[in-house]
Amino acid sequence: MNVSYRWLRDIVPGLEASPEEVAVRLARRGAPVEGAVSPGAELGDIVVGRVVTTGPHPNADRLSVCTVDAGAGVVHVVCGAPNVEAGSYYPFAPVGAVLPGEIRIKKSKIRGEVSEGMLCSARELGLGTDHSGIMKLEGDHRPGASFVGAMGLDDVTLDVEVTANRGDLLSHVGIARELAAAGSGNIRLPSIPGDPALSPTYAEDARAVRVGSVSITVEDADLCWRYLGAVIRGLSIGPSPAWLQERLRGAGARPINNVVDATNYVMLELGQPLHAFDLRRLTGDAIVVRRPRDDERRFVTLDGEERALGPDMLMICDIERPVAIGGVMGGQNSEVEHDTVDVLLECALFAPASIRATRRTLGMSTDASYRFERGVDPDSMRTALERAVSIMLATAGGALDGPVLDVHPRRAEPTVVPLRLARIERVLGVPFDAGRVRGLLEPLGFTVEAEDGERLDFGVPGYRSYDVSREIDLIEEVARTHGYDAFPSEAGSYRPSTVPDDPMFQLEDALRDALVALGFLEAQTPAFVGDLEGEVRVANPLNTQEPFVRRDVLPSLLRRVEYNLARGNRDVRLFEIATSFRAGNPGGPPVERSHLALVATGLREPAHWSVPDEPVTLWDLKSWAEEAARLAHPGSKVIPAAEEEGPFEPGGTFALLDEVGARIGLAGRVRQDRVDTPPWAEAVWGLEMALPAQAPPRATRIFHRPPLHPPSDRDLALLVADRTAAEEVLSLIQSSGGELLESVDIFDHYRGEGIPEGTRSLAFRLRFRAADRTLKDREVDRAVQAIVGRLKEELGVERRG
Amino acid sequence: MSETQPIDALRHLEQEALSAIAEAAEERALEEVRVAYLGRKEGKISAVMRLLGTVPAEERPALGQEANRVKEAVARAIESRGRILAGPGGGGHHDLTLPARRAWKGARHPVTQTIDDIWGIFRQMGFTRARGPEADSEWYNFVALNTPLDHPAADEQDTLYLVDSVLLRSHTSPVQMRTMEKHDPPIRIIAPGWVYRRDTYDATHTPVFLQIEGLVVDEGITFVDFKATLAEFARRYWGPDTQVRFRPSFFPFTEPSAEVDVKRVITRPDGTRQETDWLEIMGAGMVDPNVLDNAGYDSERFTGFAFGMGPARIAKLKHGVDDLRTFFDDDVRFLSQFAR
Repeated sequence: MNVSYRWLRDIVPGLEASPEEVAVRLARRGAPVEGAVSPGAELGDIVVGRVVTTGPHPNADRLSVCTVDAGAGVVHVVCGAPNVEAGSYYPFAPVGAVLPGEIRIKKSKIRGEVSEGMLCSARELGLGTDHSGIMKLEGDHRPGASFVGAMGLDDVTLDVEVTANRGDLLSHVGIARELAAAGSGNIRLPSIPGDPALSPTYAEDARAVRVGSVSITVEDADLCWRYLGAVIRGLSIGPSPAWLQERLRGAGARPINNVVDATNYVMLELGQPLHAFDLRRLTGDAIVVRRPRDDERRFVTLDGEERALGPDMLMICDIERPVAIGGVMGGQNSEVEHDTVDVLLECALFAPASIRATRRTLGMSTDASYRFERGVDPDSMRTALERAVSIMLATAGGALDGPVLDVHPRRAEPTVVPLRLARIERVLGVPFDAGRVRGLLEPLGFTVEAEDGERLDFGVPGYRSYDVSREIDLIEEVARTHGYDAFPSEAGSYRPSTVPDDPMFQLEDALRDALVALGFLEAQTPAFVGDLEGEVRVANPLNTQEPFVRRDVLPSLLRRVEYNLARGNRDVRLFEIATSFRAGNPGGPPVERSHLALVATGLREPAHWSVPDEPVTLWDLKSWAEEAARLAHPGSKVIPAAEEEGPFEPGGTFALLDEVGARIGLAGRVRQDRVDTPPWAEAVWGLEMALPAQAPPRATRIFHRPPLHPPSDRDLALLVADRTAAEEVLSLIQSSGGELLESVDIFDHYRGEGIPEGTRSLAFRLRFRAADRTLKDREVDRAVQAIVGRLKEELGVERRG
Repeated sequence: MSETQPIDALRHLEQEALSAIAEAAEERALEEVRVAYLGRKEGKISAVMRLLGTVPAEERPALGQEANRVKEAVARAIESRGRILAGPGGGGHHDLTLPARRAWKGARHPVTQTIDDIWGIFRQMGFTRARGPEADSEWYNFVALNTPLDHPAADEQDTLYLVDSVLLRSHTSPVQMRTMEKHDPPIRIIAPGWVYRRDTYDATHTPVFLQIEGLVVDEGITFVDFKATLAEFARRYWGPDTQVRFRPSFFPFTEPSAEVDVKRVITRPDGTRQETDWLEIMGAGMVDPNVLDNAGYDSERFTGFAFGMGPARIAKLKHGVDDLRTFFDDDVRFLSQFAR
């Protein structure tokens, strides 16, 4: 909401505060000022110039040469506009002036004639769209005077942020009420120059009113709660007088013509949107407020756009056809034109939800719809209408024709809200007595309807009836008016939460800790992806390239690998924990699961002169996979995957299985067609793992006393056929080693000379130990014999050499 | 030769040798010192060693031990001096100024670290963490939070929908209702999580971002507790000199509602202190009674407060990052700056 500081001061005569102080006060009351600009901010160099003489340019038919008195002497100016008259006043940019858009005026020669400055059009000054001629200044001025001062542009426009509940603040009077309640005196409506001092009569009915040839009928009273229409005849459309233009510019609005400006003025002052129809264009001199008929599906609004109408949009119609979308925008077929003489001025109240639905469907928002959606004061409609009529009569002539038509289908009961003093203290933590509460709420327009010592019943003014209907709403008003800063800030004691700390956060933290310790950097990537990477579609996506939320996280990380490689970062180790979305039941929510993904490319460790550079290998990946799987799924396994799984190269892929053997993820070397890498880049390794739906309970560790007796180690070199997995050999050794076998490790893998084709040599180190004694060699030998026997018997594995 | 004489002579020789070593200014001089004391033929210490055979047998072990100690001490001093004289890269030794062999250093994402810090403070104040789904219903995202769908605050232009009434949550506030449905008061939680809005990417907006929700509900929780708890958080996070300001605002699910601003005091590298501008850090307020009623709580008996903040915005301010999109680039040169 753009607020003119000068306008505010005219409404609150006692307001002494500077614009900065006003901003501070409004912020304390919940309406912070986001910025402040002066409408004349860029026009400080412009002065009033009086044209002394005009004459033809000797070398150009379309140009003229003027002499201009700009205060500091008379200068020659070449001018291209046709409308300059000797004796009149115009905005003048002297040599050295800077115009909006950083245009600097220089002394120049135009077709041989010296020009020492420029006479300006409204458009060149950013004050309007008219550039057909130089902007002529009405009235008497002093040459050389500041143009900003002469035009009243030395106002300050405050950009006030209004929250969605406070439709009443979308007007100067609404903002003024807040300031007045904060101690700036009472408010009054500024006088209108040439005010005809109307006291109109009203012809009133719940559904339909006719006055002479003009009629108003509200058919759909659920959407239109009241419709006032005033007929004004004999207007002449033209530019508004300076005071009205000043007001609008101060509030950041552009003057258009006297009739439209009058409606905009009242909307900005009182918050009531108004619309003027050209009466001669209303067939049957009638207004019918109704939903569109089946054949009325297209409508051209006054911005020239054709709009598709929905069946529940409230239309303002004449007897034949729609002429406006109620509360949103008028139609091209009935708008006021330059030769309009008679108008019907609409002042209506529409159901906020209906306006909101309509403008959402149409995908448009106007000053009017914005206010109707948030609620317009039902109690000041006649004031608003009369004020707009007065301004029109004062600025465009004409006369009000007959009584004002007032169709009033829905009268709201006045709202009365009880407020218990004890409840105020219970919520705010500080006691307030009845006198204090009255002192805080009455200046805002709330009235005490009943009082019994423990409770006050407050009447709610119409302009607050949309956001104040409950006790808590009044308590907020008490707190707000008392001032949030005035409340103490002392922490009391608290009882412990009944909510356990969610173990999924703890699991995610444990995974983060583990991966950070392994040298991985945590990434964050947006969840939106293209159709190959998602199965859950966003109905109204941000863009058409990424209309899905992701199923897997790894592809997003692979793009970050590409991003890094493109910047010459060769060593990239990233991980991310994020949500995977999978299609759920039709029409229902998707299935969500936390996923861990990691990627690595480049060297195993930073290059160092003491060791040869070694890139990340399959065995690094396997250890990361085992570590991640172990933390998330105790009892999990990492096994070779079947060929061609996920985005990985065949033959080098691991499958991650949980404790019951269900697959929870894959890891492997990323295929070339899944990640775009430069030729110098190392292999890219990746992993994606689903976290469990619920974090596993953390097992309690039971203490094992470190052994007291020494171990006996035996090395066992075995010839293992290629078709036999090392894992099989290992587990057979473990299961056949008896209780003396403490551990088995593979310490060598060899193939080549001395080893038969189709086999390889695997060397195992077996450690034996007894808890209660030092083992004797023959005990250990017996155990080894047993193992060797089983190996031969079950796997055909022989000892080497 | 008296009993103590050879030992005294040895110790004297040791001192003499150590000074000569310290004075040796170049490697050749040091070699001369070595020959003079440890040389097999002419070395003075070697000479003493050779005399050992002439010492009475009962004195021999003590003297022999001392002679060995002196010989080793002198040899060590020569070696160490030699290293210095040879220069860092010389003498067949490692140049110890060469860089260390390091491992890759990992790091949590800076926004995760911000959440960690915030969580750390709330944990000290008795909070636990709760979570809820990212795809949620209109009921949890809007209606249960006292935001009718036809209210301007529930603007679907800003909300990403999946199907019918299922949407990507536009804030973490649905976790309030989901937590209250499962647990009875007292509730004291924060809920970090991703939220989604129909915003385009720019320096201060991303369509998906992290948010931290907070909720406290119990008997006797008042506006004073609300102010005190959040002001305490702000001072613990931004420093004890931080000023905290509460401004009236509007959120459908809290009443009274507030924006919370902080003004920090920054100590510059030169030691001078400077106040920042007021920074908006969170939206908050007393839980609206309708929200408590929707959760099945008795809103006459229980009161509470709720708050929400954006850790990426806080991280941006804290680390001087000028563009929120930087957090999504995941450039390793950026992320590794946040390693501990």
